[in-house]
Amino acid sequence: MSPSRIPVVERIMGANKQLATQNRQTLDAHGVHCVNFMASPGAGKTSLILRTAESLDGRRVLGVIEGDVASTVDAEKVRDAGLPVVQINTGGGCHLDAAMVHRALSELPLDAFDLLFVENVGNLICPVAFDLGEHTRVAISSVPEGDDKPHKYPAIFTSVDALVLNKIDLLPYIPFDVTEFCRLVRGLNPRIRIFEVSCVTSEGLDEWVEWLIERTAKA
Amino acid sequence: MSSFDFEFSSRRGIITGTMHELAVTESVLNIVCHHARRAEAKRIMSIHLVIGELSSIVDDSVQFCFDYLSQGTVACGAELVFERLAVRLRCAACGHKWQPGTADWTCPDCGLARAHIIAGREFYVDSIEVE
Repeated sequence: MSPSRIPVVERIMGANKQLATQNRQTLDAHGVHCVNFMASPGAGKTSLILRTAESLDGRRVLGVIEGDVASTVDAEKVRDAGLPVVQINTGGGCHLDAAMVHRALSELPLDAFDLLFVENVGNLICPVAFDLGEHTRVAISSVPEGDDKPHKYPAIFTSVDALVLNKIDLLPYIPFDVTEFCRLVRGLNPRIRIFEVSCVTSEGLDEWVEWLIERTAKA
Repeated sequence: MSSFDFEFSSRRGIITGTMHELAVTESVLNIVCHHARRAEAKRIMSIHLVIGELSSIVDDSVQFCFDYLSQGTVACGAELVFERLAVRLRCAACGHKWQPGTADWTCPDCGLARAHIIAGREFYVDSIEVE
């Protein structure tokens, strides 16, 4: 028998996408707005989540899903701040996927929340490909990482609704061209919102939190 | 805030996941096996994947993963063929279309930052060759 070609044309991430859509429906049914935070290790994902929770000051009720390769260090920090949290350990995996979040959702009292933050695994590549069912995607860059990230990892900047540039209190000490960085990021994604913040000095946090509140306002 | 606490969730066990390449490979294997069964094929010779520059990093390690995972399936021994697609942009301001060479996506024609991605996000199984 001679070989024959069969057209398939099926998305590789189709199964994940399907489950992500289910997650989104579940979240919508409970009136929960989900935010997926993606960044390199050490960019300040947990710090931003904690500082944002403080600044929200009860204006939104928040739950957190913590994704990590291993350990419960971040989840413990979040729990110690009084936030309900579920830990996902990916056991070496470089990203969260919709199935993991699906299981985590079943462990959270969704009716109690308005807002759910998902802290993805620290990585600028893999998480981008996996829709979790979130409503808002946020990338965090930080000054010490350097201003070359749009050159090295353009895909993440094209996929997010907002970019938080964290650790701006370090700008006097580290060469980082904010203007050129923001120009490149806006070129990659004309719709992106950029927030320059410091989780240490609180600079810029208000503007970011107001945007988040506006975005999650219930119709 | 709520009576829910972390201990409660950790009692149910830690949720675990898989490596990226493994996840991608499993998905490809599921898709091609399904289509081969439907066509009543005996064996899949090759699998043609279309991968845009902006989609997941996929390299030779996927073939390695695939060789391992596909053992005992209709896809065992199949060769993965990658067709890589470059990023193509269209300026929403002036309509100019181009292929960017760098991360500077401002329009080379009108200079505005209004690039719309028209290609480069593809990530799918295009076809399989079977016998």
